[in-house]
Amino acid sequence: MSGKVVTLTSGKGGVGKTTATANIAVALAAAGAKVVCIDGDIGLRNLDVVMGLENRIVYDLVDVVEGRARLRQAMIKDKRLPDLSLIPAAQTRDKAAVSPSDMIKVCNDLRPDFDWILIDSPAGIERGFRNAIAPADQVIIVTNPEVAAVRDADRVIGLIEAEEKGPGQLILNRVKIEMVKRGDMLSTEDVLDILAIPLIGIIPEDEGILVATNRGAPAAMDDKSRAGEAFRHIARRLRGEEVPFMALEDNKNFLQKLAERFKMGSGGS
Amino acid sequence: MSNFFDRLFGRTPPPSARTAKERLQLVLIHDRTDLSPAILETLKDEIIAVISRHVDIDQEGVEINLTQNQRENRLVANIPLLEAPAGGRKRRK
Repeated sequence: MSGKVVTLTSGKGGVGKTTATANIAVALAAAGAKVVCIDGDIGLRNLDVVMGLENRIVYDLVDVVEGRARLRQAMIKDKRLPDLSLIPAAQTRDKAAVSPSDMIKVCNDLRPDFDWILIDSPAGIERGFRNAIAPADQVIIVTNPEVAAVRDADRVIGLIEAEEKGPGQLILNRVKIEMVKRGDMLSTEDVLDILAIPLIGIIPEDEGILVATNRGAPAAMDDKSRAGEAFRHIARRLRGEEVPFMALEDNKNFLQKLAERFKMGSGGS
Repeated sequence: MSNFFDRLFGRTPPPSARTAKERLQLVLIHDRTDLSPAILETLKDEIIAVISRHVDIDQEGVEINLTQNQRENRLVANIPLLEAPAGGRKRRK
């Protein structure tokens, strides 16, 4: 087994990197892959609470890098999904405690035992971002249909290309379809025109995400969650499956939509 | 009702998403190339100076623009030449 390292990043904070990391990890693990997440946001750790694993932290990434703990000791297994683990960030240190080469080493140590290594990058384009993309085989850029988020995404895409990790794939998060319909929110097509990178998923705005985070049980665990379903689709696309985008997700013509309704009705995707 | 008349007389502002897209496209051209409008203006003056040393150009008609195609950016200069009078020396301004 040689695991693939996927880094989720965005430039701007608050667009849903951590939520996306947790949900994609859950979806991959639920489908039987061995998954480990690394929280790259040293000093502002959050992936642990979003995943609901905050009470079980003993050691963290900095303890591993500085030799106080072995990698296995810092890894928290999710009891709900035995194939899912988390390596938490340190909360009382800063980003300078880890270097890009430390991250490459940690990931190389993890590769033999996992299918997927997901890294949740901190916001910004400084040290923490550099650490998070250094070991990446693949980079996912998370953005919202909103000018500041798209501008920052563009900047990050440029930096990723400069590091020869590009072009990356895009998750468009928190799309409010009603606003798009009345012309008050950038559509998927608008954002793709501007950023010009491949799309890997569109996540609809969904209050259930906050409820899931309140409980520490990512929405992808819930079969009925619409956003959770969109994250499960992303996991399948990562695994190489061709999954059509959900009806809200693009401007298919009426007949295509109708055809999909029928397929859905008869137990399809 | 005012909405109806606004529409009738074309007073409705464009949908805000369109404005967002246009603003983003403009700002990103400069972000991506690190060329501000001021630098572009300087560039234009210098190009005019260099080319004018060798050939007469219509200085008023010179246009320097940044264009983008996917993630590729291009500096496009449009420099109209002044016609030389038939059989003779080039016209000087």
